[in-house]
Amino acid sequence: MAQSEQEILAGLADIVNEETGLDTDSVQLDKAFTEDLDIDSLSMMTIVVNAEDKFGVKIPDDEVKNLVTVGDAVKFIGANQS
Amino acid sequence: MTTDRRVVVTGLGATTPLGGTVPATWEALLAGKSGARTLTEEWVAKYELPVHFAARLAVPADEVLAKVEIRRMDPSAQYAVIAAREAWADAGAPELDPERLGVAIGTGIGGVWTLLDQWDTLREKGVRRVYPLAVPMLMPNSPSGNVSLALGARAGAHCTVSACASGAESMGTGYEMIRTGRADMVVAGGTEGAIHPICFAGFAQMQALSTRNDSPETASRPYDTTRDGFVMGEGAGVIVLEAEEHARARGAKIYAEFAGIGMSSDAHHITAPEPEGAGASRAMIEAVGSAGLTPGDIVHINAHATSTPVGDIAESNAIRRAFGSAADAMAVSATKSMTGHLLGAAGALEGVFTILAVHNRLAPATINITDFDPAIELDVIRGEHRQLPAGDIAALNNSFGFGGHNVAFTVKSV
Repeated sequence: MAQSEQEILAGLADIVNEETGLDTDSVQLDKAFTEDLDIDSLSMMTIVVNAEDKFGVKIPDDEVKNLVTVGDAVKFIGANQS
Repeated sequence: MTTDRRVVVTGLGATTPLGGTVPATWEALLAGKSGARTLTEEWVAKYELPVHFAARLAVPADEVLAKVEIRRMDPSAQYAVIAAREAWADAGAPELDPERLGVAIGTGIGGVWTLLDQWDTLREKGVRRVYPLAVPMLMPNSPSGNVSLALGARAGAHCTVSACASGAESMGTGYEMIRTGRADMVVAGGTEGAIHPICFAGFAQMQALSTRNDSPETASRPYDTTRDGFVMGEGAGVIVLEAEEHARARGAKIYAEFAGIGMSSDAHHITAPEPEGAGASRAMIEAVGSAGLTPGDIVHINAHATSTPVGDIAESNAIRRAFGSAADAMAVSATKSMTGHLLGAAGALEGVFTILAVHNRLAPATINITDFDPAIELDVIRGEHRQLPAGDIAALNNSFGFGGHNVAFTVKSV
């Protein structure tokens, strides 16, 4: 079942926190993973895989480069949840 | 650049089966406590391992490090970072040019937990679930790299790998970096986080481990006639080495001088020590001679003494071969009787003990000797720890590793 944007954001913030130690409050829709949150490509891979498990979506490797901001990821997950 | 500079020790750090810090560890050591305990992990029974105990960290790493540090570092790197931070703080965490600060942290086994966890993940869950940091976590230089990151050290970060001599060899590497002018300070030591079923199984199959399952605290008994193998330990020992003039200029507390190092290899057998101790004695003679010392200056030896039937005698023979009757005046400690055998961290932790023994003029006793082996021709301290003499004194630390590696170094009072 599809989750609300707020639920996805909160879930994603937990994943980011677990992998990087960043405060969940810093994970906001307008924040860019690389520019604002300083998340490197290795951490991003783990975040993507953990998000697939948590939200029941498939995020192809080709798609990851398009997920620039947290909002991009939330939107992609929301649109692709079954 | 100045070469052949004198090198001193200005900081100490450790996380061990006896304590989470150097002061806690030293206090437990002087009190004659054992860090060995029955293991509660399910894998001991699951794989029917013949040994049920080990010397685990007194303070688990997850009580010290942030959650994300635990997640992104193998236990071997976690322990190194804990010990390095303590050592660096103890040295006063001085401001210096990062290009003059080096790191040398060795390990015997490396990231075995990460390697095998990730292999399980690959087989059970597929490639996409393999952690992207798997390789930088499992590589043996991961502790060294992580310590250099933690401290911003840019003079070079090295990893020596010589089994149970790794930690001592790293201290020698750090000493050479300063002596030859590559760095002014080096954070040096060894680490091991290898209490993993495969290491247990491998050492047990070699008959290298004590099987005294009903009494873990008395299982590590170097020099006792009933010794039956070593006790697996884990942890890290790290020191801060510093050019003497650099330490004096900033008014640093100086524990001792790191005076000399000797290394050799046996080329005899991949695991068995050469029984006459020819290679080991050469390392000891070099460690004393290169420091400008004579055997008569050495008042204390922290022996490698792992509590194996063959190894303890081979080392005793090597000490006699190196020093002859001068060995009568050397008070010997086998601290693995309390810490267990920390493998790649052993020589480093025992280096910390050797430095403290010279600094505090107190040599720890060896515990669990109820029937002293008459084949051991050494003055082994038993019962109470022993006061070392006043005046200029020096001590020797011995470490030997599978592969035939022999590393000895000397420490002088300042």
